[in-house]
Amino acid sequence: MYKIVSAIFLAENIKKIEIEAPRIAKKRKAGQFVMIRVGESGERVPLTIAGSDPEKGTITIIVQGMGKTTRELNSREAGETINDIVGPLGTPSHVENFGTAVSIGGGVGTAIAYPTAAALKEAGNYVITINGARSKELVILENEMKAVSDEAYITTDDGSCGFHGFVTQKLQELIDSGRKIDYVLAIGPIPMMKAVAEVTRPYGIRTVVSLNPIMVDGTGMCGGCRVTVGGETKFACVDGPEFDAHLVDYKNLSDRNKLYLPEEQQSSEGFTHRCRLAGKA
Amino acid sequence: MNEKTITTKERLAIPRQVMPAQDPEVRIHNFNEVHLGYSPEAAILEAQRCIQCKDPVCIKGCPVNIKIDEFIKLIAHGDFLGAARKIKEDNVLPAICGRVCPQEDQCEKTCVLTKKYTPVAIGNLERFAADYERETGNVELPRVKPPTGKKVAVIGSGPAGLSCANDLIQLGHAVTVFEALHELGGVLMYGIPEFRLPKEIVRTELEGLKKLGVQFVTNSVVGRSLTVDELFEEEGFDAVFIGVGAGLPWFMGITGENLLGVYSANEFLTRVNLMKSYDFPKHDTPVFNCKGKSVAVFGGGNTAMDAVRTAKRLGAEHAYIVYRRSMAEMPAREEEIHHAEKEGIEFLLLMNPVEFIGNDEQWLTGVKLLRMELGEPDDSGRRKPVPIPGSEFVLPIDMAIVSIGNGSNPLIKQTTPEIEVSRRDTIVVDINTMATSKENVYAGGDIVTGGATVILAMGAGRTAAKAIHEKLMGTDRGFNEW
Repeated sequence: MYKIVSAIFLAENIKKIEIEAPRIAKKRKAGQFVMIRVGESGERVPLTIAGSDPEKGTITIIVQGMGKTTRELNSREAGETINDIVGPLGTPSHVENFGTAVSIGGGVGTAIAYPTAAALKEAGNYVITINGARSKELVILENEMKAVSDEAYITTDDGSCGFHGFVTQKLQELIDSGRKIDYVLAIGPIPMMKAVAEVTRPYGIRTVVSLNPIMVDGTGMCGGCRVTVGGETKFACVDGPEFDAHLVDYKNLSDRNKLYLPEEQQSSEGFTHRCRLAGKA
Repeated sequence: MNEKTITTKERLAIPRQVMPAQDPEVRIHNFNEVHLGYSPEAAILEAQRCIQCKDPVCIKGCPVNIKIDEFIKLIAHGDFLGAARKIKEDNVLPAICGRVCPQEDQCEKTCVLTKKYTPVAIGNLERFAADYERETGNVELPRVKPPTGKKVAVIGSGPAGLSCANDLIQLGHAVTVFEALHELGGVLMYGIPEFRLPKEIVRTELEGLKKLGVQFVTNSVVGRSLTVDELFEEEGFDAVFIGVGAGLPWFMGITGENLLGVYSANEFLTRVNLMKSYDFPKHDTPVFNCKGKSVAVFGGGNTAMDAVRTAKRLGAEHAYIVYRRSMAEMPAREEEIHHAEKEGIEFLLLMNPVEFIGNDEQWLTGVKLLRMELGEPDDSGRRKPVPIPGSEFVLPIDMAIVSIGNGSNPLIKQTTPEIEVSRRDTIVVDINTMATSKENVYAGGDIVTGGATVILAMGAGRTAAKAIHEKLMGTDRGFNEW
């Protein structure tokens, strides 16, 4: 059992959860993830580690309630426990002084981009962050991002905060302004990552994305998370989760993530129903 | 018949006792164990078939050298508990091995009755004795030697790790087992299905080890959560045994392998066995809905049989084994093949997949197969399948399960490069001690041999335990110590 130390909503449906996991807190590096099983009959889901406090022995995850498991996780409060956490898993982000590095986070992807953005800053890069959300209420980690950025931009689809438009438009603007950009990290919904890859491709800017396929064990044993990169099959759990954005087959990733849509919906509806009965949702 | 007065002729006249099994028509609708076990009467009769050879060659056929003649004699005398304890002198997991060992290639193959009659059902008797001891609540904990003050880390809680931990704890060492998954037991839990090995049996064995004092730590991936070096330097272990199993499923590298509906056997079995997706939505993990569908499993090993029979139980209308050689070359146990046939599994032999075909939504709809014929024997001694040109055809299927074996997980290699590995990334060991190239680090099971059997992994775990004990107590003959 792993104890939840704190749990606060950063935005509607997006919760920051700090969990006691001393070994993971000590070992984890930017870009790595944990597998979490919330309850006894729960599934194992991968979640990127947003931060850690090795002294305190805690790790932080930022979770958007989407399906049953993430909503169940988000219903937990400080003092409660979750059954299982294992990690840190996956290959850490490759961090070096590239020069000027742009970190792009879309929605809750910002939480995943954050630790790597911080590591890029620490490695001496000039860090530009672009964080996109649908609207002002959904912008997360604004201050944290600012703290690790030389330049920080917010974009919203509806213009309610920062730049009115998509992260790709802001990125294009930066490129068009003649800035020399050496490295781009993009983490968010698949269409966003694909769009970023298409923006940087003509300029040959080194671009990395973090992929989120369906996993079971997270250690290489099942192969369920296989993704097509440069025509080759890779296991996101051990070979990734970060890959060259220009080589990823996004359609295959997006298709494979639809594998259990009807089942996910069924689970989610069951969860909503039980919450209503319990007077919680 | 009185065991003492029974003549050899009378023994030979007793037919091999068939173990009752669930009817195939019934069992394809449940996950309960196929075999139901011997009655005490049947066990005694079967034990009486053993002619008690002066030189029991069956023992040499057993990878852990169980005193087969002795335990069978005890069963023949009706001393079932005595038999169970006799087996446990050499095999810590008899209820498991009695079920999943390939006896027909080991002890029963060497039984002298095999030539003219049918061999004594050694595996069935082993299972009977172990079940009798457990079901009557008579499991006795072995005596543990006084503490030695030495600490050993065992990585992986599958058959290799458990047998190693069992021996070491009895010798008085403090043993901690690290398991990557949230549940203990390794392949015994995530891989082998309930209908072949009830999980309750595995849990009972694990409870026994806990009572002896073995510490278990789940959710620990060695190489990630902690490294082998950290086990020595930070956690104070004196020796490490690596029994992590074969880690990465192989795919075939053919077009369409990432279509929706193509699984590795590991994933399919892990979802169903470990994550209990047969009980979705009560358990959260889903798996492809096999009901009324056509499912093809590629491969001919025990895992392939487990996968195809699981698909059948999940309601597949057609459950195929697609294998590129013929039945004679199939590596799976005869018993599993036989059970599969009875359960209506369709065998498509001498066929090799060349391409998976999908629809616009990227769901699998079929597989293009190429017919093969057998040519000259290859390196493995089996006749090599040779394609028949122009013989391709498309088999419509909804789900494909690839079961062609596993490579090694690279994690330990990446984080502990001084442990020597082979070209196939398996760990290189001295087979007499299971010692790796790194001081005080031992390894055994599938991470050394590549995909093999439970009993071989157990044998390796025991060999390593003995060597670790001798090393830690300074009684080995390694010249480094002189």
